Amino acid sequence: MLDLKRIPVSALIGLFLTALFLFAALFAPWIAPYGNGEIVGDVWGPISATHLLGTDNLGRDLLSRMIYGARITIFIAVAATALSFILGSVLGFTAAVVGGWLDQTMSRFVDLLMSIPTLIFALVVLSVLPSTLVTLILVMGILDATRVYRLARAVAVDINVMDFVEAAKLRGEGRSWIIFREILPNALSPLVAELGLRFIFAVLFLSALSFLGLGVQPPNADWGGMVKENKDGIVFGIPAALIPAGAIALLAISVNLVADWVLNRTSDLKGGRGNG
Amino acid sequence: MAERTKTNPQRPGTGTLLDIRNLRIEATVYPPGEDPKNVVIVDDVSLTVERGKVLGLIGESGAGKSTIGLSTMGYGRGGVRITGGEVILNGRDILRSERGLRKRRGKEVCYVAQSAAAAFNPAHKLMRQVVEATLEHGVSNREEAEKRAVDLFRQLSLPDPENIGDRYPHQVSGGQLQRVMTAMALCSKPDLIVFDEPTTALDVTTQIDVLAAIKRAIQDTGVAALYITHDLAVVAQVADDIMVLRHGKTVEWGETRQIIKEPKQDYTRALVSVHAIDHDEHTPTPTPILSVDNVTASYGGGKVKVLKNVSVDIHPGQTLAVVGESGSGKSTLARAITGLLPPESGTVSFDGRVLANRLADRPKEDLRQLQMIYQMADVAMNPRQTVGTIIGRPLEFYFGMRGAERNRRVAELLDKIEMGKGFADRYPAELSGGQKQRVCIARALAARPKLIICDEVTSALDPLVAHGILKLLLDLQAEEDVAYLFITHDLATVKAIADSIAVMYRGELVRYGPKSKVLTPPFDAYTDLLLSSVPEMEIGWLETAIASRRMEAAGN
Repeated sequence: MLDLKRIPVSALIGLFLTALFLFAALFAPWIAPYGNGEIVGDVWGPISATHLLGTDNLGRDLLSRMIYGARITIFIAVAATALSFILGSVLGFTAAVVGGWLDQTMSRFVDLLMSIPTLIFALVVLSVLPSTLVTLILVMGILDATRVYRLARAVAVDINVMDFVEAAKLRGEGRSWIIFREILPNALSPLVAELGLRFIFAVLFLSALSFLGLGVQPPNADWGGMVKENKDGIVFGIPAALIPAGAIALLAISVNLVADWVLNRTSDLKGGRGNG
Repeated sequence: MAERTKTNPQRPGTGTLLDIRNLRIEATVYPPGEDPKNVVIVDDVSLTVERGKVLGLIGESGAGKSTIGLSTMGYGRGGVRITGGEVILNGRDILRSERGLRKRRGKEVCYVAQSAAAAFNPAHKLMRQVVEATLEHGVSNREEAEKRAVDLFRQLSLPDPENIGDRYPHQVSGGQLQRVMTAMALCSKPDLIVFDEPTTALDVTTQIDVLAAIKRAIQDTGVAALYITHDLAVVAQVADDIMVLRHGKTVEWGETRQIIKEPKQDYTRALVSVHAIDHDEHTPTPTPILSVDNVTASYGGGKVKVLKNVSVDIHPGQTLAVVGESGSGKSTLARAITGLLPPESGTVSFDGRVLANRLADRPKEDLRQLQMIYQMADVAMNPRQTVGTIIGRPLEFYFGMRGAERNRRVAELLDKIEMGKGFADRYPAELSGGQKQRVCIARALAARPKLIICDEVTSALDPLVAHGILKLLLDLQAEEDVAYLFITHDLATVKAIADSIAVMYRGELVRYGPKSKVLTPPFDAYTDLLLSSVPEMEIGWLETAIASRRMEAAGN
């Protein structure tokens, strides 16, 4: 099925970089040359053989911090995206299939949540709640789920009126069969495309929160937090803040390249096996 | 038809207008999972059309009819390339003169599309679109063009010809829109008009009006025409000559009378005799399997009544055909029976017990006994499930079959619908139209039902394919002793397979009984209209039918 030669170059680059980031995230303790909070040199030391990316504002090895940062960033973003997708799509499909007052109530509630700018909403909630990892993931996941809900409901409403869904209803199938076996496979391609985008938004959102001091708390740091820690160095011509910022951009681009390719493979309008 | 020339003195002088020589048209297709490949859509087709004559192009879908039609304008649809041959119009080869094409399109050759509703711009009034080509080519000024358009509207028997041009496309009916489109094609006084299935999307009662209008307009203006259709009976009414096409090749080309009376090729013969199915009418049994008793149903909370006091019976192992034009409530009757639209009053009883009104209140056993087959087979199947899953699901769901037992039964069912068990791994997108409908039949049969509702199951199919499906349904009825409720607007189908017939008109039952009784005079006005509107493969049928009509079609 999967022929390596037929994967376009852009997707190969995306796959390679994404795999690299994932590898760093999974095996951080084994590949990082120094510990996460270990002070090993001067403040903002230059790039050298012992410190491949230099050191940060407290004299910690920047490469090791980056690798641990990848672990934290990707873990939180993946968890939040997964939560938002499961929550958003199941609720969206249910709203479309059941309809009536349930649909109305849920949709208006989602409208309510969406009418408040996400960043402000998250800032308010996170400054009230204790700042733990779980709260962070929950807040990000639920806020993102509103977007997924909208998309899933819109797609499912279209599919729900197709004859094959009516045929399943006439057969006497239950709601869960209709949602998971009839609608979900046909709604998958727009959702997969959205998945890549949503993941990137989660990374950016997390970075923004950490930069503002409400995300991951020191001594741990995600990439956004590391930009914050090192931002004062920019004034003195120290590039330490640019490295995590660049990593965020690179991750965003590579995941998007993969998402594009997946979308191309699955978005055959006729269904069936999909196209090339 | 020699007598036509006599009745038509202003017919322009004869001579060849269109001469297509060895036309070859190709396209590149991109099948999923394979390398792109070249397909030949039209292969070595030659034809000539004399001035003022009508040539009918006939064939199944994929025969290349429309592609040939469009090639007369030097046009290839979406990636289609004209790779060989000559198209000589008015003495010039239009394929060699790219520069002059725009001057010719809409002036010398005009096109009438199948779906007028999709071909008109909904944002502009009709008149503006009708005279557009005339003004573009500077044939006449706006005043004259509009005068001519009104004349054409009158000629095509459109209601209120002076003012219909002020309407928007959605404000006129489908049959009228098709005639307006014909007026649009005639307005710039072209030499040739290409009619691409102009009546296929219309109701049978509307089709006859449009057909008569088109025929009269062709005679009065003396324009030559290519008439493309898949219905031989229709083309026999308007064409002087007929060319039969199959897979892009010419099968037979001859005078209309010869083609329908003395076809030389087997394929033409099959097309001519397509509706001949032997079916002996069964007499009603004392206990019907399903009886619909005084059912009234409506949409929008009782505002729009779409079924008014309908009562019909279906007998075990027999077929009840429900006929009527669109909007007559045929499909609503099916929805009321299945419980998708709970009736407002009246009852549906099945096998002696009264069925719950709402689908959700019915036990699984009732649902199993009553299956449904849809008109559009490709949307009636989940495109992401294989044929095996589609047919296998009812087996799992109703009978709890699993694994090898289920697969064996799926293979058995595939065999029954005359497809091999190799099809079990295919997706719906990988089947032809007829095969898709067969799979839907197998899915319905899998439940071992006592009644299958067939909603226009053959109307989206080519005549020969539809013929195969009808025969299959009849064979299966004999084997499985299943009853059919057959919803259709095609009376030829009804004549072929029904045991009893219910004629519906605007939500009411106007005639109901055994087939032989319903189809025996005296008829009520509506049944008469329906019956007389079915094109017959006779030359001159159209004139006779129009003359003997007692009632206007609802769509007019």
